[in-house]
Order: sequence, then C-alpha cells, then structure tokens
Amino acid sequence: MASTSANPNEPERSEHMVVSNAASLTAANEPAPVGTPTLLTEEEAPRIAQELGLTLDEYRMVCDCQGRIPSLTELTIYSLMWSEHCGYKHSKNELAKFPTKGPDVLQGPGENAGVIRLGEGWALSFKAESHNHPSAIEPYQGAATGVGGIVRDIFAMGARPTASLNSLRFGKLSKPRQRYLLDGAVAGIGGYGNCLGVPTVGGEIYFDDCYEGNCLIDVMCCGLMREEDLQTGAGAGPGNHLVLMGSTTGRDGIGGASTLASQEFDEAAENKRPAVQVGDPFEEKLLVEVCLELLHRGLFVSLGDLGAAGISSAASEMASSGGVGLDIEVDKVPQREPEMTPAEIMASESQERMLAIVTPENLDAVKECCKRWGVLCTVIGEVTDTRRFVIREHGEIVADIPAAKLASDAPRYSPAYTRPGYLDELQAFDPKGLEHPRHREGLEKALMALMAEPNIASKRWIFEQYDYQVQDDTAVVPGKADACVMRVGDPGRGPVTNLGVAMTTDCNSRYCHIDPRAGAKIALVEAARNVACVGAKPTAITNCLNFGNPDKPEVFYVFREAVEGLAEACREMETPVTGGNVSLYNESFGVAIWPTPMVGMVGKLDDYRAHATMDFKHEGDIIAILGETKDELGGSQYLATCHNVTGGTVPEVNFELERTVEAAILRLIREGYVKSAHDCSEGGLAACLAESCIAGGLGCVVNLSDTLEPAASLFSETQSRIVFTLDPDDADAVSDILDEMGVPYDGLGRVAGNDIVISDEHGELLVDLPVAEVADVYDHSIERLLQGGGSDGADGVAENDIADEVPMV
Amino acid sequence: MRFGVVRFPGSNCDQDAVRALQYLGYRADFLWHQETSLAGFDAIVLPGGFSYGDYLRSGAIARFSPIMDAVIEEAGKGLPVIGICNGFQVLCEAGLLPGALVRNKGLKFICKPTPLRVEKSVCQWLDLAPGTVVEIPVAHNEGSYYADPKTLAELNATGRVVVRYCNPDGSIVPGETAPNGSVDDIAGICNEAGNVFGLMPHPERVTDGVNGSRVGGAFFTAIAKHAAARA
Repeated sequence: MASTSANPNEPERSEHMVVSNAASLTAANEPAPVGTPTLLTEEEAPRIAQELGLTLDEYRMVCDCQGRIPSLTELTIYSLMWSEHCGYKHSKNELAKFPTKGPDVLQGPGENAGVIRLGEGWALSFKAESHNHPSAIEPYQGAATGVGGIVRDIFAMGARPTASLNSLRFGKLSKPRQRYLLDGAVAGIGGYGNCLGVPTVGGEIYFDDCYEGNCLIDVMCCGLMREEDLQTGAGAGPGNHLVLMGSTTGRDGIGGASTLASQEFDEAAENKRPAVQVGDPFEEKLLVEVCLELLHRGLFVSLGDLGAAGISSAASEMASSGGVGLDIEVDKVPQREPEMTPAEIMASESQERMLAIVTPENLDAVKECCKRWGVLCTVIGEVTDTRRFVIREHGEIVADIPAAKLASDAPRYSPAYTRPGYLDELQAFDPKGLEHPRHREGLEKALMALMAEPNIASKRWIFEQYDYQVQDDTAVVPGKADACVMRVGDPGRGPVTNLGVAMTTDCNSRYCHIDPRAGAKIALVEAARNVACVGAKPTAITNCLNFGNPDKPEVFYVFREAVEGLAEACREMETPVTGGNVSLYNESFGVAIWPTPMVGMVGKLDDYRAHATMDFKHEGDIIAILGETKDELGGSQYLATCHNVTGGTVPEVNFELERTVEAAILRLIREGYVKSAHDCSEGGLAACLAESCIAGGLGCVVNLSDTLEPAASLFSETQSRIVFTLDPDDADAVSDILDEMGVPYDGLGRVAGNDIVISDEHGELLVDLPVAEVADVYDHSIERLLQGGGSDGADGVAENDIADEVPMV
Repeated sequence: MRFGVVRFPGSNCDQDAVRALQYLGYRADFLWHQETSLAGFDAIVLPGGFSYGDYLRSGAIARFSPIMDAVIEEAGKGLPVIGICNGFQVLCEAGLLPGALVRNKGLKFICKPTPLRVEKSVCQWLDLAPGTVVEIPVAHNEGSYYADPKTLAELNATGRVVVRYCNPDGSIVPGETAPNGSVDDIAGICNEAGNVFGLMPHPERVTDGVNGSRVGGAFFTAIAKHAAARA
C-alpha cells in the first residue's frame, strides 16, 4: 500500500532549527575590496535589515561576508539574494534529494532552465515557475508576467520558446472573487502568450477551498534549440561589456521576491499591489527575436534574464558562476522614473529586460541589431578580474560585495519538522462507512455530478482563450488527449523533422493533502502515464513545489515527505528533474494551501505522427483496459463531489506495474494498434469512458468483470490504468503482445451507438446515459459556473460572501 | 512563383506563412516592414500576429510602415495581396479593404476550428467552389467584422464577400453563427478587382498537415495561376 505513515528511515520529528553558512570561502582566496561605500550606522543597519525581510542572524551573516557593516545598497542586494524566493534557504537541502542526471539531460538544475536531447541535433529547454503571490493580488498582470518570466528563462538558454502550459488552482467558482481571479488569470496568460506568439498548448486546473486566499499560477515554458546553441549565464572575460537590453527600469516590482513571494498574506495583502509588475508582451517578442538572432550569430559571451531581484540577481549570478567580478554604473541604467536610488535600480523587477556580456569588438553589431528591432541597448558596466560585485553611482562606489558570497554563502536552514496529527485522521477514514449508490439511478446521478465537477469537466472555456496553434507545430491540441504533442523543428532554423515532443502538467493535491509522500508519487506517475498515452516516452520533469510556511514544523514535515516521494518516483520512472521552483508561504490568514508539488513532464516521440488521442474513433472498435481496478475510493473526486469527504487511503503506486503498463501502451501505439488511449484518473473508469465517448461523439457498451461494489468499480481512482480501443481484426495480435509483456489487461466492450452503457459482471445495468446529455454537462459546466449559475461540488450552493465581492474584469 | 511575407514588429504568424507556402512548393521570403520596394515578388502576404503589440487599434500603427505605401501602390496595379488575421486588420486600416475589425462579441480571445462557407465572389485567391465548407482555425481578440449597411450592400452586390462563418452543414443563422459577432457572419472579403483578400481565419495553420488537415492550401494555390497570367 501507499505509505500511510512517515518514512520509517526518518525520525518523526526534528527539534532544532539548524542555521548554517554553506562552504565559506577561506580568507586565503578572499577577493580584496575595491573601495568602501558610505556605510549604514550600527543603530539603523539591523532595523533596515529586518524591514528588508532579513532576520537578525542573517544580518550578522551579511556583516561576516562583508567584514564590516554594509551600505544600504549592499544590504538591499543581500536581502534579495538571500530571500527564500532567490536563495531557496529553507528548501535547498531537500531539493538535493532529486535525481538530476540522465542519458538525455544536457543541462540540469542551476541554469535558467533545464535542457534535454531530442535527437537529430535538436534539444528542448523547459522549466516551470510559479507566480502565485502576485496573481492573488492582481490576477491579470500576475499571470501575464508569470508567462513573461518563464519565457525569458527559456530563450536565455538559447532556445526559441515554442510552447507554454499552465497549472492553476483556485477556490470554488461559487465564490465571486474566485471567478474574478480565474477570469483575470486566464485573460492574463492568454493576453501575454497570444501576443508573444508562443502557443499555450496544455495544462490543468483544480478548484478547492484551500486555494481561496492563495491561488496558484504555475507556468511552464518549453523551447526548441540546436544542441550547439546551448548558452550559459556564466560571466567571463575581464574588459567585456555588460549590456542591458529591453525595457527601461522603474520602481515596479521592488521587493517582489523578498516581501511578496517570501511572506504570508494577511489584511495588508492589498497594499502589496505596487509590488506586482506590469507586462509588455510586445517588448518581450522583440527581445526574443533580438536575443535569438544575436546568439545564433555568436555575438554573446553569455546571456541572462532579469527576473526576481532584477539586476542584482542576474548580474551577481553571472559574476559568481563565472568566477569574475562586475563593475556596474547604475546611473547608466535607463530609468523610467526620476531620482531612483541605486538600491531601487538594483532591486527593480521591471519586466522584459535581458543582460548580456559582449566583447568590445562585437558591441557595434549588437547595437545595430537592437536598433533594427527597436530594442533599447545600453552598456551599464564591465567584467573585471576582482571577483567583487561593485556598484557605482556618479563614479562613487555604493556597493562592493565579494560576488561568490551572495550565492555560495546564502544561509541554509534545516527547519524543524513534525508529523501533523491531521494526517492520521484523514488516512483513518474508511469510505466503506458511507452509503454508496448500488443501482442505476444513484450511479448515474453520481456520474453526472462528476462530469459537471469543474475538476473533471471540459476546460474548453479556458483553452479557447489561448492561441494553441501559433507557430504551426501543434499536432495534438488541448482537449483531445492526456498530453499535447508538438512537432520538432524550430521555425526559421533548420529543417522541420518528424520528431515529436509531448508535454503535460499534473498534481492531484487532494492526494497530497491526505498523504504527501504517496500524493507526490502519484503526481509523477500520472504525468508519465499522460505522456505515454499520446505515444511519448516520459523523459524528464520540471516542478513547482507549492507549500505553506516552512517555519511551521508541520508544514515542513509535509514538504519533506512530498519531496522524498517525488524524488523516489523520479528515480523509479527514470525521469530526472532538470529544474523548477519552490513557492513557500502560500498561506492566507495562517491557513496553508494543500501541498501542491506540480509536475511538468516532457516525453519524446520518434515520429510525432505516431501518436494517440483519447476520442473513440469507430463503431465496433474493441474497448480494453490495461491494469486492474481495485477498491480504492480513498481521496477520490467521487468522495469529494458526492459525499463532500476528503480522506481515506489514497490509491497505491506500484512502480513495477506502472512501468509495464506504460511500456505496453507505448509499444501498441508505435506498432499502430491503438485507435484511442486515455488515462484513468479523477472520476475513475466511468469518467474515463465518458470522456472518450464525448470526445469521439460515439457511445459505448461495456461489461465490467471486476467483483467490486458498483461505486468502487466505476469511480475508484486506482493507478496504472489506461483505457484504449483497437480494431477487432487486431485483437489477437494485441493480446499476444500484452501476454508476452505480462501486462494485466481486460476487454471491456465495444464502441457502439450514442449512449454510455455500462453493466456489471452479472449483466445488471449500472449506467445508461445518452452521450449528448453527458456532453452538455461536461462541456458547459465551467462556463455556467462563471455565469454565476450551477454549483461546483457538494457545497456548491453559492455562498453569500459579499465581503470579498469584486467586479469581473 | 515568389511570395513576400511582410514582417512587422510583433508579427508572429510570419514564419507559419512562409512554411505553408514552401510546403505548397512556392518560393517565400520575408519582407522587412521598412522595405520600400516589392520588386521581384508575385504576391504579398500580410501575416497574423500583434503588430506593435496592437496596443492601439489592431493594425493602426503597422499601416504606417514604409512598406505599406508600396503595397497600396502595387495592389492598385493588380499585385495579389492577402491579409490574414492581423494582416486583414492592417488592410482595413490601410484602406485597401472597407470596414473594420472590432472586439469579439463576448470580449474574449477565441481560438478554435471554425467552419467557413465559400461564397460566390470575384476573389482571385480561392481554389474552392462556392458552397464548399472548409474548417479553418480562428485565433483573435478583435475579429468581429463591421461595415455600415451601405458598404455591406455593396460588398454583397459586387461579390466581394469571400467566406462566411457557418455551421458544419454550411447553414447560417444570421447574426448567431459567427463566433466573434461579425456583421453578416463575414469571415473574409476582397476588393473590387479581387486581388486583395483579407480574412480572420488562419488557412496557413491547416496547410502542411501537422494537425491532420491540409484544407488551407486551397487559399493560396489559385493565386499562382493568376500571377502567372499577369506576368
């Protein structure tokens, strides 16, 4: 069974908060200061440090690194680089548990994004990033700049951004503010991606009360590149120019990393609205073209994007990773507001800016290209051999920091953790104690409720607001399969190939809430299965680890469990982690969201045309299932929707079985036997069959051979199951292959008529519903909820919460 | 046969158009928006995208690009010009086609396959018989065609409505069938001579078969014959 208690090898709790400096540089190779700025006074320094989000311990560490009291600019830079958002100080020790190597991994964690090998000289750069806190305050710009940020990470690697996905979480749509947040976030993602010309090809969305005060906006971007174009952000070559390209720098987003992304929400959240940046997708489009042209012409020494912590982060990372120094003159930075202080310029998170290192002989060519595209391009400093990160204003030094220390000496915490008591309560729940429908009427009612459940219902209302076809490489569009499939061939560079890549995002946080370790494993295997269902071999993942406040031992326990579960699953399924991000402090008014370790999976296809979709294709096709249905209603959407219960034992993960099932569907698809394939997940076998019927506009006649209670056989969310169809003429060939591979499988019935007909092993009718009737509910549920009607889930009757009423944008 | 695909800052279907035309066996090259001559090109494509971000009115700034003077002049002499999506908006802003494209009804971006009915028109670009129904994707935020009643009557009377949004069976419920609220369910129109054609849907996205459909090719093949006839 899935682990329902803590990992036996781990203590149940750890008492002490351990603070440590990671390997500190020895005084021997300590780079000598270049000069001394005006320092803060002993009285004000600690106070300002705390205002900037540093603890007193951390302030003392800053003084150690500097060997003196810091200047305001220095303190500001440390506070940003050592924030949770940039420094990962609570999570670094845990993240080290992920496997990051594999035969196809060209670039693992540490750069702007990971890169895997696709074949024929092509590579895929991909990464996911969360933009939760800004979006909870200003959904349109929060989500839009989330897209802009992750896209910059991708082309900073040398790849042309070719696809983006998103993983969204909101409260129930019966609440007006949740409808406002969804509407704004979707408009923001579309508004930015559509204008930029990067297709938004997939994703997932769940609604639950735990996200009411803290929605999640995780955005994933993928980009294609030739292997030889792989860039690094490491600075090099003393005397080379530091060139800032793109937008001017303003006061927008100052402290976004430290005060927004690294703290909980409370009544004051609204006051943080100014910390949310504003996006300009047109400027970003020009930046993409400029940067790709210049790096394809080999005119960059290195390239980095300005994201959280702006120039501070981008520049200091270039210096530390390159083992060089940087000398920056802030007054050269083009500013959109008067009288900005050096600290403000260094901290600004103004969007659509890139930083490049360019040799003196290439500078003119870089300027010419930027001029042609109408992109601002300014030399703001130069690479030095001092290994110091030096900032000047009007020639005066305002900061002088040993570059390596900003990165390597960031504090690392091993926070205390305690197993939360609620886990035992949730896991102790036994669904058998509930009254389950046994006959057709009740079962049909349950199925209709599930198909209307926004967590299951069609996401058409959302993906039709995204341009999912621009760039003309989308082979499988949203709503057609468990993952999208893209053709490989970078527009404008090299030939279009028949190679393909599949992508998906997945995380059922209900499972993670009940059992974080098992839930994280399920997120990984489901993502892998989704990719396998379209005919792609699961290859590597990125992730967004969304959790609450790590200073709370119970939250940190859950974080550790999820990380270890995910790490184990990644090893078992041979899908290494090539990058991602951690979003902590996802709490409002002291209540944490459900643990949400989102998995972004990519898989390779030898031929993108050899893929499968989930829609039933022809009358008479045989419907079969790989894997076996077990009595596993624990944590199911059925319990949540029909009984308003979250609890029980979550479905077991059997890696051996999972590998065989995925290998089987991959082989069947490759050999051309599969006419449709669909993963069995939320809503169980019944919802899976209904979805394939709706997608194909065809009915089915199915006889279940398991001996479970009707509710269990229809709605259990047992893992490692795939429903697929085949031509009757291929039945023998397919059985031979499956027998040979030793995969459990079963014939379910036929594609037939216009009704969804399911009966049990005795031939008793469990479900008989017209496809059109189910389709109407499934297709329009989210739309109707947004119009204020309908209800989502058992408690969906629109609550009266005028308090947080907000006009729709 | 050589097509020129104009690149405005913010064009993002330019590469798609080039790729589709090359798939059909034609030569296709980019034309930077600051060029002033169309010499050597047999037909011009104004591609989709968000020229200048479309922060003002879609196409309102692109129409001032230097290349548009040449496009207007050569179009007047019969050079075939097609404007797709943002390109259609630019053609309207440039006065090469009447009417305007406004926010979709429902005020949301719409991306989905849409059945189109080919009308009897003077358009030189289509290789499809009137009455034919083809499914072409739309992807726009400001694609609701508007023209005053007098202009509409003229467009209809002179065979200048080229394609209309319709149901899969070709039927049209006036005022309801167009997903974006276009007046008269209009999806594409052409000029009097039939050489300038603008439409919101994206035929280039269903040309090389990446998503299983190649119906879009018929929006480009006919013009090759006309171009040959001109030369």
